[in-house]
This record gives sequence, C-alpha cells and structure tokens, in this order.
Amino acid sequence: MRQIAFYGKGGIGKSTTSQNTIASMADRNRIMIVGCDPKADSTRLMLHSKAQTTILHLAAERGAVEDLELDEVLLKGYKDVKCVESGGPEPGVGCAGRGIITAINFLEEEGAYEDLDFVSYDVLGDVVCGGFAMPIREGKAQEIYIVCSGEMMAMYAANNIARGILKYAHSGGVRLGGLICNSRNVDREIELIETLAERLGTQMIHYVPRDNIVQHAELRRMTVIEYAPDSKQAEEYTALAKKIENNKNFVIPTPITMDELEELLVEFGLLGGDEEYEKAIAADQGAVTV
Amino acid sequence: MSTVEERKALVQEVLEAYPAKAKKSRSKHLNVTEENASDCGVKSNKKSVPGVMTTRGCAYAGAKGVVWGPVKDMIHLSHGPVGCGYYSWSGRRNYYVGTTGVDTFGTMQFTSDFQERDIVFGGDKKLTKLLKEVDELFPLSQGTTIESECPVGLIGDDIEAVAKKHAKETNKPVVPVRCEGFRGVSQSLGHHIANDTVRDWVLPKADEYRKLPEGFEPGPYDVNIIGDYNIGGDAWPSRRLLEAIGLRVICQFSGDGTFNEVVMTPLAKMNLIHCYRSMNYICRFMEEKYEIPWLEYNFFGPSQIAKSLRKIAAQFDETIQAKAEQVIAEHQERMDQIVEKYRSRLEGKEVMMMVGGLRPRHVIPAFEDLGMKVIGTGYEFGHGDDYKRTADYVGEGTVIYDDVSGFEFEELAKQMKPDLIAAGIKEKYVFQKMALPFRQMHSWDYSGPYHGYEGFEVFARDMDMAINNPTWGLVQAPWQD
Repeated sequence: MRQIAFYGKGGIGKSTTSQNTIASMADRNRIMIVGCDPKADSTRLMLHSKAQTTILHLAAERGAVEDLELDEVLLKGYKDVKCVESGGPEPGVGCAGRGIITAINFLEEEGAYEDLDFVSYDVLGDVVCGGFAMPIREGKAQEIYIVCSGEMMAMYAANNIARGILKYAHSGGVRLGGLICNSRNVDREIELIETLAERLGTQMIHYVPRDNIVQHAELRRMTVIEYAPDSKQAEEYTALAKKIENNKNFVIPTPITMDELEELLVEFGLLGGDEEYEKAIAADQGAVTV
Repeated sequence: MSTVEERKALVQEVLEAYPAKAKKSRSKHLNVTEENASDCGVKSNKKSVPGVMTTRGCAYAGAKGVVWGPVKDMIHLSHGPVGCGYYSWSGRRNYYVGTTGVDTFGTMQFTSDFQERDIVFGGDKKLTKLLKEVDELFPLSQGTTIESECPVGLIGDDIEAVAKKHAKETNKPVVPVRCEGFRGVSQSLGHHIANDTVRDWVLPKADEYRKLPEGFEPGPYDVNIIGDYNIGGDAWPSRRLLEAIGLRVICQFSGDGTFNEVVMTPLAKMNLIHCYRSMNYICRFMEEKYEIPWLEYNFFGPSQIAKSLRKIAAQFDETIQAKAEQVIAEHQERMDQIVEKYRSRLEGKEVMMMVGGLRPRHVIPAFEDLGMKVIGTGYEFGHGDDYKRTADYVGEGTVIYDDVSGFEFEELAKQMKPDLIAAGIKEKYVFQKMALPFRQMHSWDYSGPYHGYEGFEVFARDMDMAINNPTWGLVQAPWQD
C-alpha cells in the first residue's frame, strides 16, 4: 500500500485535481481518500453529494470517536473508491488540527487501511500547525504531491510545504513526489514551475492545462473522468495518474529561502526588482506631493 | 577566609557542575549577602533553566490554588482536562468554616473534564452547560470562577463571552480567569492574573453584588486582611489580634473569606496585606481607585508581632495604639515562657529555608526569637521587590538562592550542614533521607497555625519536635557501616 498526500495553497484546486487523478487511478487500484479539511469537500466528486457525514461531526454528536462504527463514516464512491472525511469545527472555534489527528487515529484503530493499494490524503491549505502535518508524520503518507500554479502565493505555499516535509523527512521517512502544476494560464508557467521544482530538488510531475470542462463536471458533482471520459482533460488526468503510479522520484526537498524565492519571482517577472520597487515608491510619493 | 568569602566560594563550587550556559544563567540567581547590603543581589522571576529540577508551579496553580481557591462560598472551576484539577485538589490547607457542599465548597473539586471532542469543537458549550448545572446543584454558591487550563488558551475558547452571558442570566458573578499554565515563568503570574480579574470582573460591580450585613455602618477602624490564605487556620489568630487592638476586620481575602467579603473590600479604611507577592496588585489598585492605603505586616514570632501591631496602630488613633501596647504586654509573659522552654533546645541551630510567597523572609524573625539562625533562604517565585525586602531580614553571609534547583539545594545543604531545612514537599524526603530534620513550610507540615501569638507556640513546638527528634541519630544510610 502506498500512502500519498496532496498539499497546496487554499483554492489551488487540490480537491479537484486529487479526485480526478484518483478517479483514473481507480481503474487499476483499490483506493481510499481521506479528506483532512473541516470543509469536507475532498470526496464530493466521488460520492456525487454535497458533503458526506464526517468522523468528527458524528463523534461530536455521539460523544466520542469510540462510539462510531467505521461503516457509518466510510462510504464507497465512484469505482468503489472508499471515501472518508475527517471534518472539523466551524470556523473560529476549537482546534481543527487536533481533529485531524483524532480522525486519523480512529481510522487506523478501526482497520480502515486494510486491502488497499493507495491511500490519498487531501489536506487543507498550508501546514499551519502540527495537526495539519499529521498526514506527513511517522507511518502516514510517504509521498507528497504539491499542487501549485505559477502564481506568487501558490509558490510561497509550495515552498512552505516543502519545509514541513523536510522537518519530518528524517524521523518519518516522508518524501516529496513532485509538483503538480494546475495551470492558471500565467506567462511562462511551465518553465517557472520546472525551475521551482529543480530548486526544491524535485520534478514537475505533470502540467494540467486549464479547461472549462472541469467546471462543467463539478456542477454535476462528478470528476471529468466520469463525466467526459473521452475528453482531452480526462487524458491529462489519466496521464498524471499513471505518472504517480509509476513515480520513482522521491526526494527530501531542499526548500529555498524567502530571498531566493523572491529572486526567482523577479526573474520571471511576477515580482518587480528593487529598481522597479523604488520607481513605484517614488511615483507614489510624487503623486502625494502634487 | 570570612564567612562571606567561604560561602561565595561554595556557591562557585556548586555552579561548577553546570554546563557553561546553565552556569552563567544560574550564577545570577545565587549570592551571599554582604554587610549592610540594601538588596540580596540576585536575579529573579526568570525562566527556570531547562533540565534542572525546579519546585515551581504554573499560572493555574497561582490563580486557582492561591488567590481564588480559598474564597469559600464560590465554585472554582478547573476548566480543561481533568488532571490539573484532580492533582491540585485540596493541595493547600485553606481552613474554612461552613457546610461543605451546601454553602461552602473549599475541599470540593469541580472540572469540565475536557475530552477530545471539546478540544476539536471548542469547550464553550460544555462550559455553558456546566455553569447551569453548578447553579442547579449548588444554589447557595455565590458565584463561579473559571480557571482555564492550557488547552483552553491554545484553542482560543471565548470563556469571557460565556461568563458574561451566564452572569447576566443569573445575576451572579462569573469570573473568567485566563491562567493557562504555559503563561509566565511560575505561579506568580497566576496570582497577578487572578488579581486582575478581581479588578476587572468583580470590583466594578461591587456595589451591585454587595450584601451589607444587617445594621452595617462603615467605621473608622474597618480593615481588610489581604493575602492570608488561612493555612492551618493562620488567618484566625491574625484576625483576633487585629480585633483585640480595636480594629474591625470586614474582609478576609481570601482565606476563609466569602465572595461578599471580596466586594466589601472597597469599604475599608486600610488594606493589611500579609502575602505581598500574591496580592500586592489588588492593594495597589484599591489605593489608586478608592484611595485605600495598604500596609504589610508580619505576624510570625513575638518580635515581629509587636513590631507589626505598633506599625498598624500608628496608622490609627491613640485608642488603638494604647490597645496595641496592652495586647503586646498581655502576651509578653506567655511568650517569655515559650522562649524559655524551647530556647535552650534550639539555641544556635541553623536553618536553610526555601519556600514561596513571603515566608523566606517573614519566618526568619520567628526562628531568631527561638535563638536560631537562618543561614540560607530563597524564593520559588519571588521578584526583585521580594529580594529587596529580604535584605532587611537577613544578616551578613546568608546564602540567597532564587528558584533553587534540586542539585544546588542538596549540594549547599551537604556543605553548610544546617540543623533544619524548612522547605516544600518536593524537598522533604530528599533531606530526611540525608538524616536532616525537615519542616514542610507550605502547609506547615499538616500542623499550624503559625501566625499570631498562639501560632508561635505551635511553631516553636514543631521546630523543636523536628530538630530534637531522636530518630535522626538512628538513621543509617546503606553505605555507612
């Protein structure tokens, strides 16, 4: 069994990318998706539902996770992919990080990890605290795929996640499997992400182009694989799925400093250099004095 | 070499065992007093060195265990997982009068017993429910304080909002105390936080909450006893003494005190403060806000009792002053008898002390009244102002150790060979196994009271019992022949 995890900046398309990829992988593998986001939207395309009942929601209702049965929270979706969501508190209350720890411990104790080829974790936004790092800690995900795009904040997040992986790489054996570029149609995007990947010591495992068919499928709560299996976009996800299945390139990432990252962004024109910065400031001050 | 030089060398020797960084930081906390010094010359109220044994507690311990806990007719809620409440349950011997479980709750333990669910989803709902249950089960409770434990601060629960809402609904005080244990370097910050909750959550509504005793008229001799926690009944002889000199004690905050007494405090003419470290904050506030002056006193041993009574009486008129002299005179004979009885057995005996609060300085004169000598003293969680005050109490050559580590205390004791160690429960058995007489000075070793004239009798007897116990001569360590 291989345990993989998708990380990336909030809104980058982790859940969409991961579910589409897994939908394709499911043709050849037995898979479980573990959603690690209080929003619980990591399995909706597989289940064709708004949001499934989460471990923590039910545990809160009953009293404790000990009062739950696995089959109440583990549902079978598209191509028998097993789907489970950790869930978590409403925004601004409690500790979502601890929730993920609780949920994963529950799944392990209940034997949810048996008879599988892949377990896939879909984790919220950034590695903000120990709880969100749970899937990359000892005995959990061994391969991390960072979903990113050629936008500045997405790359900041990717670098941060690489730092999180590095922290646990030696104790838990987690490795970076590659960057998935989920295109935002930014100039020189492929080149930029490939350069970032190289700096982090990894690969850009696949470039997923932008296509409205993804949105059409999502409206129907489906993956593109299911909604339009013969489309160009379905081929892209299948290509990514096969690359992940055959991936052998697992590395301990070499995150770069903020300065290096900013230089990279300047080099690719996403961020102005010092000269332009000073010009812009001077222009603003000029405007004020006038 | 003089004693000072000898002991300074000893301190250096003890420090040698530490790695460079720890040695550097600990060296600032150890000193030997020199003649006529106005300060003890040690750093204090700093983070303990990781890896050494410290006796310190946490902010929760200071807020719940010390300041709020003894207010006997309120329910003090340990808000968080069960351990903090369970292991601090009745840890201090704050004696009180009342029917436990009916109108007083001092020896009971209330906790919200956090579970995984409360961490993940937040504990505010549980707290709301708990406050309701407490009111239903204990209708005579005069209010609730919520002492938050670490996780509550980590997950960002809004206990203030819950407290406000419940107080409004029930018209009873609900005081949220943000005393998460990770805050600060010791229990000392917990005292401060608890004092601040009195300032922010209680005193602004004091007029509304106050129930004046029938026929109560404010008088010129009204005083508050602040910061006497009534360990083994300490506050009672203190109160009797103040009453004997003609003062009226309208509040004991907090030993054997009630919530109503807390809200009576602004009516007094003077705050008499026993434990300066834990309650000076609220005294300073009342001075600023209500212009109530405050005065420290020391009721350990006849010399200090007389001195303190005169100091207090001097703040009032001649009637009080005359009564103070009368009270001192009345007790003189009995005190002389006690000193005579024990002095021959205790004369010249040397003591090393290490406690919290005010005892590392305040108890010194009581030992001296018995002819004993304190050769080393230090605070668990004292601040600079404590060490400044201590300079008035100690003689030349006294070893001062702030937040002393287990290793330092043991080594110093081995070299200085005191006849008695007066410290806390964590040190007790270490020293007793070294065949050193020991008194546990946090709880008076299940004895007391030690305050006031009657307290001195008990104190003298206990010290004699410890030091002159024939058992010590029979102790033989396994490595001795």
